[in-house]
Amino acid sequence: MSQALLTASNITRRFGGLTAINNVSLTLTQGTVHAVIGTNGAGKSTLVSVLSGEIPPNEGRIMMGNNDITQWPQPRRAQAGMGRSYQRTTIFPSLTVHENCRIAAQANHQHFWRWFQPASHCKESNSAADRALALAGLENEATRTAGLLSHGAKRQLEIAMSLATHPRVLLLDEPLAGMGPEETERMLDLLATLKAEHAILLIEHDMEAVFRIADIITVMVNGTVIAHGDPDAIRNDPQVQTAYLGDDE
Amino acid sequence: MDPIIFLIQCLNAIQYGLLLFLVASGLTLIFGIMGIINLAHGSFYMIGAYMAFALQPLISQYAGESFVLTLLACVALAAILGYFLEWAFYSYLYHRDHLQQVLMTFGLILVFEELRSLLVGNDVHGVPIPAWLQGSISLADVMTYPIYRLFISVVCIIVAGLLYWVLTRTRLGMMIRAGASNREMINSLGIDINRLFRIVFAMGVALAALAGAIAAPVSSVYPGMGQSVLIICFVVVVIGGIGSIRGAFLAAMLVGFVDTFGQILFPAAAGVLVYLLMAAILLFKPEGLFKQG
Amino acid sequence: MQNTLRGLLLLILIGLVAVLPFFTTDYYASLAVKIMIYALFALSLQLLVGGTGLVSLGHAAFFGIAAYFVTLLTPDTGAGNFFVLLAGALIVTMAYAAVTGALALRTKGIYFIMVTLAFAQMAYYVFHDTKVGGGTDGIYLYFRPELRIGDWTLLNIDNSYVFYLFVLGCLLLSWAFLAVLMRSRFGAALTGIRVNEQRMRAAGFSTFGYKLTAYIIAAALAGVAGFLYAAKDGYVNPELMAWEQSGLVLLMVILGGSGRLWGAIIGAVVLTMLQELFQSQSIFGEFAKNWHLPYGLAIIALVALLPNGLTGLPEQLRTRRARKAQLRAASAAQDSAS
Repeated sequence: MSQALLTASNITRRFGGLTAINNVSLTLTQGTVHAVIGTNGAGKSTLVSVLSGEIPPNEGRIMMGNNDITQWPQPRRAQAGMGRSYQRTTIFPSLTVHENCRIAAQANHQHFWRWFQPASHCKESNSAADRALALAGLENEATRTAGLLSHGAKRQLEIAMSLATHPRVLLLDEPLAGMGPEETERMLDLLATLKAEHAILLIEHDMEAVFRIADIITVMVNGTVIAHGDPDAIRNDPQVQTAYLGDDE
Repeated sequence: MDPIIFLIQCLNAIQYGLLLFLVASGLTLIFGIMGIINLAHGSFYMIGAYMAFALQPLISQYAGESFVLTLLACVALAAILGYFLEWAFYSYLYHRDHLQQVLMTFGLILVFEELRSLLVGNDVHGVPIPAWLQGSISLADVMTYPIYRLFISVVCIIVAGLLYWVLTRTRLGMMIRAGASNREMINSLGIDINRLFRIVFAMGVALAALAGAIAAPVSSVYPGMGQSVLIICFVVVVIGGIGSIRGAFLAAMLVGFVDTFGQILFPAAAGVLVYLLMAAILLFKPEGLFKQG
Repeated sequence: MQNTLRGLLLLILIGLVAVLPFFTTDYYASLAVKIMIYALFALSLQLLVGGTGLVSLGHAAFFGIAAYFVTLLTPDTGAGNFFVLLAGALIVTMAYAAVTGALALRTKGIYFIMVTLAFAQMAYYVFHDTKVGGGTDGIYLYFRPELRIGDWTLLNIDNSYVFYLFVLGCLLLSWAFLAVLMRSRFGAALTGIRVNEQRMRAAGFSTFGYKLTAYIIAAALAGVAGFLYAAKDGYVNPELMAWEQSGLVLLMVILGGSGRLWGAIIGAVVLTMLQELFQSQSIFGEFAKNWHLPYGLAIIALVALLPNGLTGLPEQLRTRRARKAQLRAASAAQDSAS
């Protein structure tokens, strides 16, 4: 039986009078891609932010392994094995691709007080960066300035940076955003390779990609989960069809 | 504490707070609507005071002894000055980051101070309290309160009310509030956003200048007056939350009370209390009491 | 090859600065010391602004606190011990930085600018309005601290040329320290925080600790500058921590260019020379006393025209040239297409 790496139970988050997420529960297990889909404003991004630790929930509990991480701030969750990629690319545009990953990887080897050692000589963060770049297929771009990459490559770098800290749980917020067909293929291949070692949460709008790669799909509308199951079950769920997939395109 | 003394200090606190509100509302309006952080805002307070000093003898010569006329003249001149300054200088600040705005307005303070020095010198001046506002009203046997200070509070309340009315009940106010949340939308609605910004800026300058002019008889007119009020205004805006008029009002009153009663209760640490208040609020609300929007 | 050439040029420059007092008047030698002290002050702020992305408008507080500390704690009868006094000054300065920084760093952006200004004003108030430091008149330091360990005096910094070299040495040491710091993992983390703090937190960095440490280190270096300032002229007054000082040092960092460490040094030189220029009676005659006017206008113009500062000028021109070339190519393509 696969390990449940992250469990969120009864998560509710309100902003003033608006309930952004209402009683949402989900589990991320190693070796699976769990996609969350829904219309705009369904609360998907809020959900990811709650899981990553950027927004505290009003109600509910989040467990990672044996730890109750509900009150943990984001850096602590990251240290415990959570990685996150953002919908809006959060790379360091003025630095090289390699340095982008190396700085991210440095989080696991901070050596706060070793001021007289140059960062570039840090073996551990350098090898972690190499590994992350190789996984994401960006080894050939290592010395390029990150800001000059194509959009697709930037999104790949975004994923590479979230891999640089050897996370077990990956929260990916619309990694395919703005990508052409070729780049999407590459990204989906990457996700397929990552699946085995990680538990992946995937927020996406590209339905074709979701149905191809997801093992489990949760559908959200207006902050509530209206359906949950494997791709076939979701495809045939009447509620989902009306609420989200809409009348035949 | 004697209840009458308490009342007097409350009146002082309210008066100080209201004056602060006038200046701070201009600052927060300009930042909230136009996204400009204006370090020279305190200079407008100073300019208002010096205008009152310079205009008062002129007006009494030609139009008779009229303090209200002097105040109105100050406000009008300040508004014109603000309108001009926005066109000549501040409109170039919109697309620059806050740091550049800080430094450029810092340079502007030096320019204003020196121009003032060249035009009216560096002496400390007084502005006489008009005859009909002199004297005090008695609150009890021996306790009295200066009428002029009450006048300040009344004028500030009227102006605050006017500001509220303009912002919530007029078309201009609606455009201003809309511009605060979505600048591009305003443009696409066909409203001339440049004119709008110029008007808002003129309003901000006029508010600060009015505060300076009306405070002149009690606080006197001196070179550094702009800077000392500016920093307290920053504290007010930080506590109240940038862009929030409501927050500026509440914060100004808070600062007024803390400062006034602080001087009575803890005279040794009086000046520091306002900053301690700011520190305390920051502990719990790093973005101020009322966030913008 | 280029690095050795640069290193050589730097050594020559340092050598020239070191022998400057022999070729110029006492006034300019003293001015040079003042510039070096302000360069150190500006370098300390550069760590915050250019290194960590934290714009502080209250950095003069640390300069002033250290200056007052050495002046107040020097005994009336004779010189104090440099090391002991410096250690004390730094402890007090860093303590103030730790407390105010922990609070100020809860805010961001424009709030942070205003809060740091307010905290500096708080310190200003203490020395300006209370009896602590002689009020607005300021106080005098009659005996420059001695570099003593036990009975052995390392250097006689009472001698003005020795003091000149000593200040130069402090400046170079601090510059080297900051260069090493920015090259370390700590510095790399600060860079990441400056460019994208969100990503750093997502990777697992507790960014608050990094920012606070940078804030305290910057305060300590500013304290060293303030200490040297007091030792130089023997007179301190509250204006040392007035917000005009905080604005001035921030200007030095930005006009020099916050992208490079040595931009702060350039900024200190340029701004001080600009002040000297506009105050010069030989050029401006009677209007020299109104030097704030051309000075303020110059500041506005320089900030407007040099968004990346002087050290960022090559890059600014390069980008402008590249953009012009792009536009030319685009319009040429349009012409040939139509």
